[in-house]
Amino acid sequence: MSSAEHKLAIEMKNISKSFGHAVANNKVNLDVRYGEILSLLGENGSGKTTLMNMLSGIYFPDGGQILIKGQEVTIRSPHDALELGIGMVHQHFKLVDVFTAAENVVLGLKDKHSMKQVEERIASICDKYGFEVDPKKKVYNMSVAEKQTLEIVKVLYRGADILILDEPTAVLTPQETEKLFHVMNNMKADGKAIIIITHKLNEVLSVSDRVAILRKGESVGTVETKDATESSLTELMVGKKVELNIERPLVKDRQLRLSVEHLSVDNEYGAKVLKDVSFEAYSGEILGIAGISGCGQKELLEAVAGLQSTAAGSSIRYTAPGAEPEELLEKNARQIRECGVALSFVPEDRLGMGLVGSMGMTENMLLRSYSEGKSPFLSMKEPKHLAKKIKKELEVVTTGINTPVRKLSGGNVQKVLVGREIANAPSVLMTAYAVRGLDINTSYTIYRLLNEQKKKGVAVIYVGEDLDVLLALSDRILVLCEGQVNGILDAKTTTKEEVGLLMTNLKSEGGTSHA
Amino acid sequence: MATLIGWIVRAVVFGSVVMYGAMGEILTEKAGHLNLGTPGIMCTGGAFGFAAAYAYENAVDNPNFLVCILVAVGTAFLAGALAGLIYCFLTATLLVNQNVVGLTLTIFGVGVGKFFGTYVIPEGAVSTKAVFANKVFIAKIPGLSGLGIVGELLFSYGFMIYLAIVLAIVVHLFLSRTRVGLNLRAVGENPATADAAGINVTKYKYCAIMIGSGITGLGGVLYVLDYGNGTWATASGDAIEALAWLSVALVIFVRWNTLRAIWGSYLFGLCYWAYNYVPTLIGVNVSTELAQMLPYIVTIVILILGCTHMKQENQGPAYLGQSYFREDR
Repeated sequence: MSSAEHKLAIEMKNISKSFGHAVANNKVNLDVRYGEILSLLGENGSGKTTLMNMLSGIYFPDGGQILIKGQEVTIRSPHDALELGIGMVHQHFKLVDVFTAAENVVLGLKDKHSMKQVEERIASICDKYGFEVDPKKKVYNMSVAEKQTLEIVKVLYRGADILILDEPTAVLTPQETEKLFHVMNNMKADGKAIIIITHKLNEVLSVSDRVAILRKGESVGTVETKDATESSLTELMVGKKVELNIERPLVKDRQLRLSVEHLSVDNEYGAKVLKDVSFEAYSGEILGIAGISGCGQKELLEAVAGLQSTAAGSSIRYTAPGAEPEELLEKNARQIRECGVALSFVPEDRLGMGLVGSMGMTENMLLRSYSEGKSPFLSMKEPKHLAKKIKKELEVVTTGINTPVRKLSGGNVQKVLVGREIANAPSVLMTAYAVRGLDINTSYTIYRLLNEQKKKGVAVIYVGEDLDVLLALSDRILVLCEGQVNGILDAKTTTKEEVGLLMTNLKSEGGTSHA
Repeated sequence: MATLIGWIVRAVVFGSVVMYGAMGEILTEKAGHLNLGTPGIMCTGGAFGFAAAYAYENAVDNPNFLVCILVAVGTAFLAGALAGLIYCFLTATLLVNQNVVGLTLTIFGVGVGKFFGTYVIPEGAVSTKAVFANKVFIAKIPGLSGLGIVGELLFSYGFMIYLAIVLAIVVHLFLSRTRVGLNLRAVGENPATADAAGINVTKYKYCAIMIGSGITGLGGVLYVLDYGNGTWATASGDAIEALAWLSVALVIFVRWNTLRAIWGSYLFGLCYWAYNYVPTLIGVNVSTELAQMLPYIVTIVILILGCTHMKQENQGPAYLGQSYFREDR
């Protein structure tokens, strides 16, 4: 290894940044060396992304110093950051959907290369580090992993030798994550400095050399990865010991609640998003649904909730406790909800579905109950009571139940959303990406909530991304691949690899489904 | 036959006015800004372009052909660009709602145009004519325009009709083939991405909107000095406004592609002038008001067809109409 290994790439000293009254970073110190991978760890809202955005020129620090290669610098814009060799891959990709990969790469560059030369350079970068990018492919045709690869290639093309990856693995399958770590190690070997933000402790331990920890906007310290364990890191991050075991209570006397048969859904272009999906969900059970993003999870849940039109031949039958099966496809969304089938869908932007950002908790509770009561005026009493209850029981951090939920942090928004759905005492509870972007502590609160529901005899359908969690939490795992059921596994006996394989490789047709 | 040719010729001149407005609007929208001030900008351009040409030919004994063009076109462009600067400052710098600013600018621009236009009109009259400038603007191509039907259809127009076509091609090539065009499109599609890529979003917006508004202003001067026979009347401002809304519709009709705007604008012209020629052609009477609705109806039909089966590339810029602030959370 060259001497570059010990050279400091970045030193951040006493960096502070506030948004209005909210202090995002308070005198944070951080240093990164060339040829190393540094993990930046912290709970939601601990200021990780804000800190990195000051390196990439999105935010400007209120105070403190930034030194790059030992020189004090002022980063006023993303352009300045690129000049200094800093490239950031944001959590929400910064790509133009209607452009090709190559067009995205050259965006904003002032060189005079032709598109062909650009494509050649992209190919040489791909060869060097082991990426796969088709320069002519449009971004909107790309999978999440492809987009991410493109983002990394983009910053490398610009000559970045300091790379910041903001939660790069949140949307990847295990295989894709492994691939990413492989290229990260290649880049590290090439002498680049890499900062990775992630919530997943096992990844921190497997990929990084050192871990820097932030807590509530302040730096708690930096530790060598080889001296760290999952629990020691969690303790540093949260400030107290946290139980890191997901329970899987066994509930006896399971009853059939939901029976989905031959469910097919066409998208607006007539292509099949879901194809002949059949499965059953039982009370007292958590049915995990795994699959790479966008392979029909959303459509499946929406179809059950009555928000999606289905193709002919589909059938979704619901059996209420002690009642005859009913066909849900004949009902509208509200009737289905009144039957006791609840959907708490956490979309990528969290506020896009289910909650109104500019309303407070109380008014958001009202969205579910507005049609109740005979008076033409709204009754605020019940929703207010419920909002207070959720705030207390789920420890929602907010200045008041009438504070617009938009101002709450992501984790708290999710608690409000899940809390409201649970409050209706559903008999089928569907959640999608309930812990997306949440830190460890909050995630475990959500898992506990779901387990409580399960113990109450609710049939829980849990669409998740983190396979470790899916394996630990679910009783059975349904794997979706290209809109088809590619297997239903027993979560107690299956392995991560088996699920990952089913997620990406569709079994040949003409198998059991046609027998 | 003469009726048909007359219809087409009228439609092309009319269409070209709309085309200038549409090209200006396309450039603006590619930067992510929906400028509903197009009518106001076009009216301002028309009024000042006319006023400048009128002042010039009345000030000198022997007005020069080229100088007249430069004065009229230059002033119209500048007036349009300045109106665009107002819009840009309010929406791109102060981040005021684009729709509100645009609509206000339409009211303001039409008002400004009518106000200054009135100064040019002699006391007691309702209109005045820039005789020389009109001659300059409708001067046909010598020789070629005499080639029978072909000559009449292709070569009997003033220079601004050809300039519109050239501009449409240039703008198209600029947007689709150049790096700067790519960067501009990125600004309209996803300003945060463009910003992160090191593109000066604000600079791009100002340039695109001001140049676009200048081009829209050219539509106004074409309207007054060619289509309107060189006459500025008290009602000219309202007439330009009515026509300029078609430009905004044309942008959607041609799906943000200036090449398509060439035939699209002529088609609009044919639809708009159908009431005057079709009855003679086929011997059936059509209500003028109904016939003049045609371009709008065509646009609505295209929108309906388009919204279901449109490729992503053919849709408007994704960030159209939204303000961008880097530190927004």
